[in-house]
Amino acid sequence: MTSRKSVLVLGGSSDIGRAAARAFAKAGYDVALAGRDVAALEPDAADLRARYDVEVGLHKFDVLDTASFESFIGALPALPEIVISIVGLLGVQADAESDLAHATAIMRSNYEGPALILGLFAERFLARGSGTIVGVSSVAGDRGRASNYVYGSAKAGFSAFLSGLRARASRGGVHVVTVKPGFVRTRMTEGMKLIGPLTVEAPVVGDAILRAVENKTDVVYVSGKWRLVMLIIKTLPEAVFKKLKF
Amino acid sequence: MTLVSGWGRFPVVDSDVLRPRSFAAVGEAVSAGTVARGNGRAYGDAAIGATRTLTMTGFDRVRSFDPATGRIRLEAGVLLSDLIDTFGPRGFLPFVVPGTRFVSVGGAIAADVHGKNHHCEGGFGRYVDSLLLRTGQGEVIEASRDENSDAFFATVGGMGLTGIILEATMRLRPVETGWIRERVISASDLDAAMRALEAGDAATYSVAWIDCVARGRDLGRSLIYLGEHADRGELAEGADAFPVGQGSRLSVPVDLPSIALNRTSVRAFNELYYRMGARRAGGSHVVSLYPYFFPLDSVGGWNRIYGKRGFLQHQCVIPQAGARAVLGEILDRVARRGDASFLAVLKKLGQGDGILSFPLPGYTLALDFPVKGDILNFLDEIDRLVVAAGGRLYLAKDARQSRATFEAGYPALRRFNAIRKSLDPAGNIRSKLSQRLFDEV
Repeated sequence: MTSRKSVLVLGGSSDIGRAAARAFAKAGYDVALAGRDVAALEPDAADLRARYDVEVGLHKFDVLDTASFESFIGALPALPEIVISIVGLLGVQADAESDLAHATAIMRSNYEGPALILGLFAERFLARGSGTIVGVSSVAGDRGRASNYVYGSAKAGFSAFLSGLRARASRGGVHVVTVKPGFVRTRMTEGMKLIGPLTVEAPVVGDAILRAVENKTDVVYVSGKWRLVMLIIKTLPEAVFKKLKF
Repeated sequence: MTLVSGWGRFPVVDSDVLRPRSFAAVGEAVSAGTVARGNGRAYGDAAIGATRTLTMTGFDRVRSFDPATGRIRLEAGVLLSDLIDTFGPRGFLPFVVPGTRFVSVGGAIAADVHGKNHHCEGGFGRYVDSLLLRTGQGEVIEASRDENSDAFFATVGGMGLTGIILEATMRLRPVETGWIRERVISASDLDAAMRALEAGDAATYSVAWIDCVARGRDLGRSLIYLGEHADRGELAEGADAFPVGQGSRLSVPVDLPSIALNRTSVRAFNELYYRMGARRAGGSHVVSLYPYFFPLDSVGGWNRIYGKRGFLQHQCVIPQAGARAVLGEILDRVARRGDASFLAVLKKLGQGDGILSFPLPGYTLALDFPVKGDILNFLDEIDRLVVAAGGRLYLAKDARQSRATFEAGYPALRRFNAIRKSLDPAGNIRSKLSQRLFDEV
């Protein structure tokens, strides 16, 4: 193993995962990418090696397979300094309203899985006395909306988990970052109507994650505009909010 | 269907836009009337499918890179800006860059883009060793100068009409720094400008910015920028070998009303630009590659300056022999008209490489015009001068030339079409441009 800085990206094949991996590799980190389909990650690994001359490892990881989490971490060649969870599933709200399996998949992919795996890393980081945990949550978790509250509620749970973990872990030298990207032009949002000025490209999120880690930021709204938008949305009285269509 | 346009925002047309995520998906997405699109910087209708447009920017992975030779294999959606930012600090730059870095490798190959070094180093395609091409027939072939060479030379400069470019192997230029030693020469008229470009033939990079509003004695007055890659010893004490790439410092947030661009404002801008440049003329100094190669990239969304109706760029090349007379005539007509915008670009080109590559030995002149009034008729008249002089128009910038102009300028068209037919007998690969200029009707 090299003695260089290292980062593990859970959900490495997503657009934001690729962007984060590039941002860290560019900054000189060795990278481990984890995802369900390891073969599909090969081209990204080759890309990182060719661009930045860093070490890249690939690992199989399924966020729904919580029983495998302990052995997943145990099988890593070394404990990374930074772990980033970008795993998530937007799903389809309308389907989730009647299809329990779909609703469950959304809830587990956005809350249960990411929270449990990051919790396990937190224990190891605390034992070591150092490390950074990054959870990519969502502005959708700031307030449940009619159009995506299954996804939003899971992200809300994840945000709350990260916030509590941060409070506890900070005393043990471990930093926790919550990232709320807002609208990002990715595969997940393809075909959706996004509001131009509030929408960013995946590399912007990747760079923001790197900056947040290096600056030890607690909560990052990738576009500053979102902080204001969500402040307004969060403070609207429920009586008004429930009449709004969005 | 989605409304799509090129960088000039004219024409705006309907096309089904897809963004495939795998090469297999690219294959499935090709149907009758499909063309690939990179980052949408072609000005006119070249990167808009007759019925379906495949956005390729998601294919942005580097496959391999050899730091000993600078040889790189990459997916066609990688942008030159990405290549420069990633490999510049490692001592490598693309051999050829056009006036914007926000073009994809696939697009740069399809248009065989030229840079300020075309007169001595050729176009983008010259540094491409091989291509992975998905033909209209559905085959995926590797094409190089030796293997499937017809497909190779038809694809370089072939405006995406031979198929979908998936990957390329190319050579990058080893550089010591990301800085350019620039020398500015001021030329008081067209003759002086052409003399300065001839004298600058030995320079790696050369280009002239012409004040296309100046008339009479001042006709063709310009600033000539010569450039060489600077080595470490030429940098200021403590300067980084590679400059920081700047994002847009300015951007144009909304379409400007057409009144913003008028005779007076353009004249004032050009006067100021010429005077400021003339003051720097004479000595040489070292500048970052970004403003040297990509002056317009520092103004985000500059195409909005021309307002909602968009603009047309007219870029022609005139063979060396008759160039002086024709360029003088074109510039005079443009200056009398008075609405060509900002600065025109004049530079020398060398021999092109691809069958349909734009460059030929001579002078290329690029002019921007807002879409309004009788501009289409005016440009048709300019085209007649170009054709009579044995010149042609750049397809990557074109949105309006006639079939006759095109056919007169590109005598190798017959050969190109024969290769195209062999790669795509059913005629699946078609763009709005090919419908306008190539395809049988």
